Amino acid sequence: MARAKSGLDRRKFLSGAALAGAAGLAPRDGKTAPSQLEAAPQRPSALPPSAKLAAAEAGTPHAVPEGSGVPASDFMVDVIKSLDIAYVPCNPAQSFRGLHESLIDYGGNTKPEFITCTHEEASVAMAHGYFKIAGKPLLVMCHGTVGLQHAAMALYNAWCDRVPVIVIGGTDLNAATRPPGVPTFHSAQDIAALTRDFTKWDDQPISLPHFAQSFVRAYKLAMTPPHEPVLIALDTALQEEAVADRAKLSIPRYVPTAPPQGDGNAVREAARLLVNAERPVIVADKLARTRNGMMLLVELAEALQAPVIDQKGRMNFPNTHYLSQTAGGRALLAEADVIIGLELSDYWGTVNGYVDNGENGGVGLQESHIKPNAKLISISSVLLNTKANYQDFQRLQVVDVEMAGDAEATLPALVEAVKQALPDSRKAAIDVRGQALRKAWGEARERARQAAAYAWDARPISTARMSMEVYAQIKDLDWSSVGGDRQFSSWPTRLWPMDKHYHHIGGPGGYGIGYNAPAAVGAALANRDAGRFSVNFQPDGDLMFSPGVLWTAVHHRIPLLTVMHNNRGYHQEVMHVQRMANRRNRVASLGKDIGPVGTRIDNPAIDYAKLAGSFGMWSAGPIVDPKELAPVLKKAVEVVKAGEPALVDVVTQPR
Amino acid sequence: MKICLALAALLLGQAPALAASAEHGKAAFIQHGCWQCHGTMGQGSIMTSGGKRLAPEPLPWETFSAFVRSSNRAMPAYSEKILPDDDLADIHAYLQSIPKPDVNGIPLLKP
Repeated sequence: MARAKSGLDRRKFLSGAALAGAAGLAPRDGKTAPSQLEAAPQRPSALPPSAKLAAAEAGTPHAVPEGSGVPASDFMVDVIKSLDIAYVPCNPAQSFRGLHESLIDYGGNTKPEFITCTHEEASVAMAHGYFKIAGKPLLVMCHGTVGLQHAAMALYNAWCDRVPVIVIGGTDLNAATRPPGVPTFHSAQDIAALTRDFTKWDDQPISLPHFAQSFVRAYKLAMTPPHEPVLIALDTALQEEAVADRAKLSIPRYVPTAPPQGDGNAVREAARLLVNAERPVIVADKLARTRNGMMLLVELAEALQAPVIDQKGRMNFPNTHYLSQTAGGRALLAEADVIIGLELSDYWGTVNGYVDNGENGGVGLQESHIKPNAKLISISSVLLNTKANYQDFQRLQVVDVEMAGDAEATLPALVEAVKQALPDSRKAAIDVRGQALRKAWGEARERARQAAAYAWDARPISTARMSMEVYAQIKDLDWSSVGGDRQFSSWPTRLWPMDKHYHHIGGPGGYGIGYNAPAAVGAALANRDAGRFSVNFQPDGDLMFSPGVLWTAVHHRIPLLTVMHNNRGYHQEVMHVQRMANRRNRVASLGKDIGPVGTRIDNPAIDYAKLAGSFGMWSAGPIVDPKELAPVLKKAVEVVKAGEPALVDVVTQPR
Repeated sequence: MKICLALAALLLGQAPALAASAEHGKAAFIQHGCWQCHGTMGQGSIMTSGGKRLAPEPLPWETFSAFVRSSNRAMPAYSEKILPDDDLADIHAYLQSIPKPDVNGIPLLKP
């Protein structure tokens, strides 16, 4: 079942390549294949490049600097190094070749180290996942225009998820000197226009001092909440200039900006409402960036003995704590008299319901989930964003106390204000509330355990079974779950004991498919440096957007256990199309599949183990019998513990 | 229709057996898309069925069939044109045939 990673014996590799080439020429009727010389085709399958094209691809667009001086891009490396950036996930391109060469030859390919990516979307998503573990941004370089177009969707995810990514887009600005043809196709007046709606800031420096200012400013803005991607459009010619006197150039010192906090009066008013509430509820989404953020939320919840509903945009609250009440969220909100939302992506959607049933003039049922007189409090840095086009700010929810500030940075003041405002007369009632929540926590855990037992032996394999088989193999390790689990009933965050800030990293932010696999590799890269074991449950549809990131994991020896949640479909869309067919009283056309036409990834089923194996990754599967999971996972865990990535393809229930 | 039933049966590791209502119900459960939200054994999901299970111990037939025909919440109603009465009855029989698991007999789910 398992396929061991093939050894990289050069002699065998070369002979294998020759055999593969010969096999490609074998006629289908089984006759002896002619030799390659005899079988020379009358017309080549790929025409040689024209002189113009060859010059455009290989030509030197600008004169090599003459005389004394150092390459300008060496100075750019000095600027980048001043910010202690660890890696540069990147697909190489001509427009930043100067900086590329400086990074690896002048900069020694360390801090930052070049990470070869096969797609710019993967580069950005790797940086996205990396930040959510390491708390530090990565630099991504991409070709202006075409590379940035590839990167755009991943940048939108990072934008929606409030994650900083520092992007350099190469562009050859001088129309009078840049080569015609391909380099000009890949240049634009304003490459940043493409992503300006979902980046926090951009600039196009025209000198080296300008670059130094812009890069440090970009880093600073990206790292000030709300954290967001930023972009520097970098002229190809500027990189390739010679600097006569390097000593005259200086690099601005980076000083972290204190994060914005909620207004003091508003904090005290929030505390007053919370301590006097009979049924306060805390809801957290993209709150905790650090262990400290998680512990502050524990402190707030314990001071109030208030339940916490974790929307899991981050690892906000330990699910082992009795105030973790996510399972009873809707009922708690319905009874709440005060609700505080901490960095919620969608406050309206938190306190209102939407049912996609075609009612209400076809737009679906919309109804409030809370009491009409419930008081609402919000702390969110997203109010400080001022972009208008993309609608990631969601529907407007009117709240009673609203603070434009970073919730994690505001929590110390809020915790203190709550402790000060809490009268002794309230403490007995609050303790009683805590006792009831302790009982509810135990009951919810038991319900989740019971629910996991259903379909335990099913084929396709139940997602609960898959989750617990994996947990059994890693529970004694210092593990980190680096993929989302929303798509398979959230089993890990419901059943695995999670009490460390790296135990899960939330989801993509903008729900753009193609995030999960590269973000997991990026997070695993950060975990590798911290000595942790990374595991990713990987949706099949998501993987196929950027499967090349598996090769990146192998090439750079990034240890990561990938377990395929292979339901062989775009399952969200399966259900949407079925719903539309029913609403229109039509039988959904299935074609030759078991889901509506256009929604299945089947016939043929993709062999993900073979796919991973082709990249040199240890892989196994497809696993269809749940009894086979344990031994295969055990082997895979050993591979990852030895420092390599591994993939196990599990054919699963839909959710 | 036949192709779909055969595929559904293949997925579940069973040959189509139209005479046996529970077995045919198993294939019909796939063919009519019930599995999409409820899982192939009616186990449900917090994401797609609000955590509600169809099996074991499904709703009584009258309640079950009335809900399927008239649901106006997240689950779309299935008219008889889309899901014939005979298939619906077989699906109910299939759900009735699913045994209840013993959670305490599963070592990986020990508290």
